[in-house]
This record gives sequence, structure tokens and C-alpha cells, in this order.
Amino acid sequence: MRNKLTEIEEAIAGIRDGMSIMIGGFGMPGTPFTLLDELVRQAPKNLTIIKNDANEIGMGIDLLLKAGLVEKLIASHIGLNARAVEQMNAGRLKVEFNSQGILAERIRAAGAGLLGIVTDIGVGTMLQNGKTAIDMDGVTALIEPALKADYALIHAVQADTFGNLKFAATARNFSPLMAMAAGTTVVEAEEIVALGKLAPDEIHTPGPFVQKVVGLRVISEAYDVVRRA
Amino acid sequence: MSSDAREMMLRRAALELNDGDTVNLGIGLPTKVLAHVGPSITVCVHSENGVAGMGRLAENSAADRNLIDAGGNYITTLAGASYFDSAVSFAIIRRGNLDLTMLGAFEVASNGDLANWIIPGKFTPGTGGAMELAQKARRVIVLTTHVDKAGKPKLVEQCTLPLTAQRCVHRIITDLAVVDVSSGGFELVELFAGVSVEEVKAKTGAPLVIPHPPAIFN
Repeated sequence: MRNKLTEIEEAIAGIRDGMSIMIGGFGMPGTPFTLLDELVRQAPKNLTIIKNDANEIGMGIDLLLKAGLVEKLIASHIGLNARAVEQMNAGRLKVEFNSQGILAERIRAAGAGLLGIVTDIGVGTMLQNGKTAIDMDGVTALIEPALKADYALIHAVQADTFGNLKFAATARNFSPLMAMAAGTTVVEAEEIVALGKLAPDEIHTPGPFVQKVVGLRVISEAYDVVRRA
Repeated sequence: MSSDAREMMLRRAALELNDGDTVNLGIGLPTKVLAHVGPSITVCVHSENGVAGMGRLAENSAADRNLIDAGGNYITTLAGASYFDSAVSFAIIRRGNLDLTMLGAFEVASNGDLANWIIPGKFTPGTGGAMELAQKARRVIVLTTHVDKAGKPKLVEQCTLPLTAQRCVHRIITDLAVVDVSSGGFELVELFAGVSVEEVKAKTGAPLVIPHPPAIFN
């Protein structure tokens, strides 16, 4: 089994201007804060970011928005980040809204080698605009194309050196789907363990989907519980 | 809305949960319904970010940084809970395994159309999971004030805002009344104590059918 441990600088260095990047996480849990810090440092531009939400001001992908690195955001909900809404309204950020489960399923389809999915979700709403509608046994349905990306940035609680992954609680969310759907999947893990230490029955993402594994030396404050007023 | 009216809405909404149901309670008011459910009722609460079997909100000191609901609140889980990815989470919704969802609304039409995700030019957060919840839960109950902040009815003949889903709402619980969406349009089922039929009629933007004298909810 190939050893995929990589230094963080090198893991991110392949991300070029104009690339598409999937970023795991739903709100805070599962957001790869350390990889995002390195991405901001290396600062490739005109990125297309695919993430469920836009995090909150000062957290996660907001740092990419703040640095002006994002041209387009594909998401389901950005309401908790006023900067994302403001950039969108000012025409500086293109935003493509997807229904949350359809976003997940489009990503899963790409990761499963499918070209798209057929669904009745969104029929008769604004989200039908621009999509091909077909008749499926008398039901109007939309064709939703599979969604892939050049890179996926993923946070795992545990990884082995081959890239077998485990996620914690609701930090799983989009991560296993995105890990399947990108050309290069980069994982930051809270703990790196030796091959054989993760029970095969308990692995959430199998190693063949993962290209690079970065061990976190510290779990920064960014990962802490957010104390809201 | 006064805190008394809000309390009454939440207490009334809690009566809609049946023991053994699997439910999803939307962000905002619906999330708060759980605190009003009686001790004899146990439901499996699903949250679209990947948990079934959530319990009460977690105390700050006991919060687990990896465990939230879809609204970003730190939560606890009950015995029997499970975690899953976002595709599985929405499979639970779309295949019809939710007995009930409770959602907020900007507008509900008398045919059951729901608008709750965008006010063009003013409020554009995105749909999140609302479309799939509204379209696929077996029963959809809307929790909303009867009129908006400007006093305009939220129960209308036709939605003017972009839809979340067509013909999906079964019941509306407001700060004045319980109204069902029937084949004949809005039907007044219950009045909150102290509210008159005339007031509800005046604040509803569509005809209101009253097939039986409405029950009074105290």
C-alpha cells in the first residue's frame, strides 16, 4: 500500500489559477481549516469553490472570499456569511445554488463515474431554469449533471498512510462524497495511524479515492467550539 | 409576535408529533418545538447535516465541536442515534422516510404552494434542504406568524415569491390559528384562545372555509 503522506505546502502546490475545488464541511464540522490557511498563503486565483455553505465571517472559506480568490461558488446555502451575500449582490462573486441533497448527489454521481442524475426535486421552481426536463413514467424530472472538481480538500479525524479515512459525527457530511469526485483528493487528518490500525469494517472512505494525506501537527483554535452570543 | 403567542404556537405545534415518528424540524421556530413535547412522546429527530436521533441542545461546556444540527447549534444525541453523509441524509428525506417536517414560510398559497427561500433582491441565502423537505416529507406543517412585519397576510391565494415547492403544505400553525390546506382551499381548524374568526378572516389573504365551528386552543 503506497504511503501518501505529504507535506502541506506540496499537497496544495498543484492548485493553479482557475481550478475547481471541493471543500468538505457543513458549517464548522468537517471544514479543513489548516488546508484552507495554506491555500490562502499560496493564493491561486479565479477559483471555483464547491462547498455546502460559505461558513461564517472570519472562518473557513470566508478567508478565500476575503482574499478575493474565488470567482464562483457552488453551494446550497450562504445565509450565514454576509460577505458572500454582499459579493454576490455586487456581482463580484458568481453563485450557483443547488438544493442541498441534489448537490450531494451530483457530487456522488461524479465520484461513482456517472454522468448525472434524474430527479423531480426543484420542478416548478427557479432551480428548474436552464435545466433539461424529461418525462419519466408520467413524472416531470430534471437532468442534473454530475459535478466533479480538480481538487477536494477534506478533514478527517483519522487517516492511515494509504488514505483510508474516518470522520467524526456530523463532520462527515459532504466529505466522503467529495473525496470520490475530485482529480486529486487532499486530506488533513487529526491523527495519522499505521496501516492496519483502522479496522476495515469501520473505514468511511477507502484509500483508493485519496491521493495526498497531511498530518495536522496542531489542532488550531479554528476547530474549537464557536461560542456565539 | 409576543412571547406568549410564540409559546402557544410552539405548544400547539408540539401536539403534532406522534410517538415513534421520524421528523425534521427546520431552522428557527421549528427547532424550538422539541422543548415542548411531552415526556410520553419519543421521536427520532433527523437533521440534514447527517444525524438521526438528535437530543436536546448541548450546554456550552459540554459541546462537541463535531456535533451540530443543520442550524449550527451544538447538540446531543439519544441512544440509537446514527451519523451519515449528506447523500444518505437526503436519501432519508427523498425516499419518504420522514413522517413530518416543520418549516417556516414567507408565503403559503391556498393550494399548498410554499415560498420560504428567497426574496429576490433582498434576501438570497439559498434553499439549503428546504425544497427536498417540502417536496418529500409525508406531512408538511408550516409554522409562521399569520401576517408579516408590515401586517401583510402570509396566507395568500397565490405566492408572489419564487416557490420552494408546489402543493406541499398540509397544515399551517400561526400565532392566531390552525389552518389546513384542503381541496377547497384554506380551512380554519382551530382558533387560539382570545382570537375571533373575524380577525383570522381579516388577516388571511385568501378565502377561509369554516366547515365546523373551530376548536379553541388554550
